[in-house]
Amino acid sequence: MTWTKNIAADRFPAGSDAFPHRHLLGIAGLQKWEILYILKEAEHWVALNRSGPAKHDDRLSGMTIINAFFENSTRTLLSFEIAGKRLGADVVNMHAAQSSVKKGETLIDTAMTLNAMRADAIVIRHASSGAVQLISSKVDCPVLNAGDGSHEHPTQALLDALTIMRRKGDVEGQTVVICGDVLHSRVARSNIFCLKSLGADVRVVAPPALMPHGIEAFGAKSYSDFDTALNGADVVMMLRLQNERMQGDFIPSPREYYHLYGLDERRLALAKPDALVMHPGPMNRGVEIASNIADHVERSAITEQVEMGVAVRMACLDILTRKARSVEGWA
Amino acid sequence: MTGINILGGQAVLPGIAKAEAAHIHIENGKIASVGKAAPIAEQLDASGLIVAPGIIDLGVFKTDKPAFRFGGITRAALMPDQSPVHDDPATVRYAALKGKPDLWVHPLAAATQGLDGLHMAEIALMKEASAVGVATGRSWIADSGIMLRIMRYCAALDLPVIVHSEDAGLAGKAVATNGETATLLGLSSASPATETLAIARDLILAEESGAHVHFRQVTTARGLDLIREGKSRGLRISCGITPGHLFLSDNAIFDFRTFARLSPPLRDEANRMSCIAAVADGTIDVISSGHDPRGPEDKRLPFSEAAPGMAGAETLLALSLNLVREGTISTGRLFELLATNPARILGLNAGRIAEGCEADVILIDPDAPWQVDGDKMAALAGNTPFDRLPVQGRVRHMLKGGKVIPA
Repeated sequence: MTWTKNIAADRFPAGSDAFPHRHLLGIAGLQKWEILYILKEAEHWVALNRSGPAKHDDRLSGMTIINAFFENSTRTLLSFEIAGKRLGADVVNMHAAQSSVKKGETLIDTAMTLNAMRADAIVIRHASSGAVQLISSKVDCPVLNAGDGSHEHPTQALLDALTIMRRKGDVEGQTVVICGDVLHSRVARSNIFCLKSLGADVRVVAPPALMPHGIEAFGAKSYSDFDTALNGADVVMMLRLQNERMQGDFIPSPREYYHLYGLDERRLALAKPDALVMHPGPMNRGVEIASNIADHVERSAITEQVEMGVAVRMACLDILTRKARSVEGWA
Repeated sequence: MTGINILGGQAVLPGIAKAEAAHIHIENGKIASVGKAAPIAEQLDASGLIVAPGIIDLGVFKTDKPAFRFGGITRAALMPDQSPVHDDPATVRYAALKGKPDLWVHPLAAATQGLDGLHMAEIALMKEASAVGVATGRSWIADSGIMLRIMRYCAALDLPVIVHSEDAGLAGKAVATNGETATLLGLSSASPATETLAIARDLILAEESGAHVHFRQVTTARGLDLIREGKSRGLRISCGITPGHLFLSDNAIFDFRTFARLSPPLRDEANRMSCIAAVADGTIDVISSGHDPRGPEDKRLPFSEAAPGMAGAETLLALSLNLVREGTISTGRLFELLATNPARILGLNAGRIAEGCEADVILIDPDAPWQVDGDKMAALAGNTPFDRLPVQGRVRHMLKGGKVIPA
């Protein structure tokens, strides 16, 4: 059973009113039904992606998608590349390491250059919060945020929501615990906005130095004790802790971090018996998550998240290019 | 030099709240008399206008004559954060000459060599080269020992020490104040305690050294409480603020608006209201522009990479006049904040409409409406967070040392 059975066909506004945005910059600006619309669309692509060797759809044929990654990434870049190619687009990847960014070119100039190459969509990852929005204001085509600084990573939140929907039947009413470096995490921010919008009960857990100020204003409850937060949890979402933050500036050591915030068998037993374990990857096994939990077939949804990622990104690319493709109701 | 009469205006006179009708007679670059006209030929008709002392802008980052002329600024105390830094007498002397003939530039000397925060600069030689104060620049001096020695030195030389109040350790890489906006945008932020901590330390050192310390920007309720308390204990301290922190709170950075990235960062609404209250109760002594024009190469960047600062010279007067219109302070009090107090802090014979004072005078139409437009500003760059705001108050004439400065 998929969750979309619960959604009537007429639940969404007709045509482009279902998703009236030029870009996908973040979850914060989206309505609940806009989020649900993307998720519903993504369901088609899940089916296609599972349909065997001929998993291809040529609706974006002739279009050029540029993946402009100013920050290193393996899985998100690959996921967007596969999504674009499955839809028949010509996908080009630009890595910061090889780009003129290193030669001192400003971000605006880079954006103008990409624009002049007549891309039909640009997917951007950048280390600075707000950088993707800045680029989007200077180009003519849709821009998709693949992560900007500590701000947002909307497709990650969408694929997480889709994973929860499929595993749990709904997001509404689920108790979701997000644990880790919430302060620096764009995944945490986008997930808080998305899950709250869809009606989940969201708890965030972080060491005091890694908890953002005023997070409660966005509807999340904050905890510094992981065990307390896990009580009654339906979903446990672990965040990656970057190595450079574990050398004494924010937390004393990986060992101490794992002691307080690592997800192991004992801790997982505090959550509901069928609680789902998620991680946006790449994982630090033994730092934030025990290997046997990460690999647990029934409990871990980590590989399913990756699968949903491709489908969600296909849905986003499809939706945002409909205007340029003169799709009826979207032109 | 011949004299000039300013006739029929409403003059802002020392110690008097409301501007009152008075002719002003200027002779030899000085104000010769207030109250009656002299039998001389040259007249300036000031009917319908306010006659006020020229604004003395304490702590600008650029010598920007067109912007200062527009804003009614006759004297600018130039921060040492220049290229090269004001850390030797020749640089200071050059900076002082740069304003001539239309503008007085009063250089502030760097407290430390290259503003490194570690090694004292040649403060006495720079004083002889016309520096009117010593400043820590855009940053705080973290080493308390150096700071104390600088204050003692300046106390002996009778120079004010102008400090930036942000504890560098607490501030870290913060570009915003802790709060909902910073968290929503994923911007690194710091507690307002960065300011409180810095002020607390420098108050203790001011007491220890006997120096006159001017806190260039105090922007938090708790920082202002400390200043109040220090003043009540009789310390030689003063403090200032800019219209940015008086009229904007941190939600102005929404949408990553880099023009609203300031140093210190904008605070929340409660702190902003405390600043307004501190202007009203006399805790704040100076309103300055913090003029820091920044072009696209510094501002059209992701928020954290953009330079802080705003072009404020042109909007300083019009925005500050809001304080009078809203009944926070009187016209007389406003010009104490804009001219008299900065002159007193820097030891200048200016900033008042009084006999014997340097004749730096502006004639203002306080109600003239205009709209702030970053694209059309006279400043070197149009980075104003007040873009498109309708304001009131225009400078119609400016005199520097008794000479009319054309627009």
